[in-house]
Amino acid sequence: MISDLLSATVIIGIISSGIRLATPYLFASIGEMFGQRSGVLNLGVEGQMLLGSFAAFYVTLETNNVWLGVLAAMGVGALMGLAMAFVTINLHATQGISGIGFYLFGMGMSNLLFQKLVGTVEGVKGFQKISVPLLGKIPVIGEIFFNHNALVYLAFLLVPVAWFVLNKTTLGLKIRAVGENPEAVDSLGVSVAGIRYLTVIMGGVFSGIAGASLSIALLNVFQQNMTAGQGFIAVALVYFGGWKPFGILGGALLFSMINALQLWVQVLGIPIPAELAVMMPYILTILVLTLSVSKGQGPSALTKVFEREG
Amino acid sequence: MKKVLTLVSVLLVVAMFLGACAQTPVAEPPAAVEETTQPLRIAVVSPSSINDLAFTQSISDALMVLKAEMGEGLEYAFTENMFVVDDAAAAIRDYATKGYDIVIAHGSQYGSSVQEIAPDFPETVFAWGTTVDTFGLPNVHAYEAASDQGGYVNGVMAGMLTKSKIIGVVGPIETGDAKLYVDGFVAGAKSVDPDIDVRVTYIGSFSDVALASEAATTHIAAGADVLTGSAQMVVGAIGKAEEAGLYWFGTQADQNAFAPSTVVASQVYHWEGILREIIALRAAGIMGGHTFSADLQNGGQVINLNPEIELSDEIKAKVEEVIAGINDGSIVIPKP
Repeated sequence: MISDLLSATVIIGIISSGIRLATPYLFASIGEMFGQRSGVLNLGVEGQMLLGSFAAFYVTLETNNVWLGVLAAMGVGALMGLAMAFVTINLHATQGISGIGFYLFGMGMSNLLFQKLVGTVEGVKGFQKISVPLLGKIPVIGEIFFNHNALVYLAFLLVPVAWFVLNKTTLGLKIRAVGENPEAVDSLGVSVAGIRYLTVIMGGVFSGIAGASLSIALLNVFQQNMTAGQGFIAVALVYFGGWKPFGILGGALLFSMINALQLWVQVLGIPIPAELAVMMPYILTILVLTLSVSKGQGPSALTKVFEREG
Repeated sequence: MKKVLTLVSVLLVVAMFLGACAQTPVAEPPAAVEETTQPLRIAVVSPSSINDLAFTQSISDALMVLKAEMGEGLEYAFTENMFVVDDAAAAIRDYATKGYDIVIAHGSQYGSSVQEIAPDFPETVFAWGTTVDTFGLPNVHAYEAASDQGGYVNGVMAGMLTKSKIIGVVGPIETGDAKLYVDGFVAGAKSVDPDIDVRVTYIGSFSDVALASEAATTHIAAGADVLTGSAQMVVGAIGKAEEAGLYWFGTQADQNAFAPSTVVASQVYHWEGILREIIALRAAGIMGGHTFSADLQNGGQVINLNPEIELSDEIKAKVEEVIAGINDGSIVIPKP
């Protein structure tokens, strides 16, 4: 029975499901990573995803334009990021708590807006699958990697771009420096608050796109609380990935592919109890974390309030 | 800056407090006037949202039916999204304290809360679903849906419609009415043809739409051509069935309109019958101790066939036959 898992259909199914499931995590996690690298912990990702998800759904429903939907999600995410930045950077609120506050706000607001503006659950015409020319026709590989919708491709393209920005540009250097030693950066004349505002707003924008990827790309529907905790898992993936884009990619893919695997295990009737199968992605992620070489401790200034002396 | 902010927030809190107080109705009827038309007050606490197309929507629809019937005679309050049991317990206790006549705890996870709170409020009727346990308390009713019945009927239809002889089920967590439905469904499909392969996945969540959708995709890739599932997360799964041009069977609420070319039939819960009985019992002075079941016979469950999908006369006749058989006891749904 376990040998059933080795057939082509199953392997294609697992990897392509894994790629789809990983998409929202990639957007949200990379966004959160930028924020955390500059020293700000944002636990409100789930709220940003929900509100972004609703915004994308509603705008796409009304205008029939998926890119307008994505823009709406980005705008909503940016606004929430702006608010989070103001609360943590200017008002010095404890980051963990204020993040939870934004989570609750995003959840409540998206529920309220959905009930008032839409009312019943309905579908929407979202992003369609795009087959990459030439590459999409390759027998097995094409099916797995090159037959997804635009947001999936963007999510994966985001990883090397984020790596480049973080490690090879001056902006990335500033971000990393602010997260390690904001006092030193401040003494050199770079605005710590400015960098943090930028990264937190960016995080909000990406969380919004993550939400949009759910409601107008992968699922084409909006339902209240549909993210079901994915925002929090995205934050955890930042830690798991060692605050590095490719680490996050590895974590997101590991988690999502094991999830896809456990679905196939259940469908093929392999006699593992459903409860155990559902636990698999979480257990394996913990195992990998414990067995891997130390991922480092993260940005030194993470969650610490920066106040300019004098 | 900090002082200004503190002052502003204090003023805001005071303003909100005053505002809330101002909204409390001050008009109280003079004590001498007899209260002839005191409306019945019902409160509901439920785990998901009113328009989830599933569990919570079913009880909300029932209350709307009652409201249409009773008009001014009924006043009801609804608290949704109480997935966390502690929050729900606080809401239940709050409603009881506010003097609501009937408090409905619509979620099998609320049992311990009801057991703890009910004795403190002997004047309040508590109804807990979906379950059969009243804890032996005098003011607790229990209600459930015999979802295996509707599941069986859906399963029979699915068994007759499938060409690949593979059927996929997307379940949430193996508990409560979800498990009953799935067990009934499997039995119904097998009664048509024991060789039909019904594959069941439990995804471990009631709300993870993305995972449910991938579960459906997995079933389809593995050859299923008819799908079903339970709980609110199936909206993504129904979408995948629609994309692939396959059939879906719905439960808990009427999902036919969501995907009119895909959903063949929905087993719909109608809780109003049970609620009417609870209200009548209360009027007669009985505050609890009864268990109710919503089934095909008493109208607590109805199979809504989707008028947009053409079903052969053979299938329609079989549906009638099976429903009649369940009602008169000649068909016994086997437990797994």
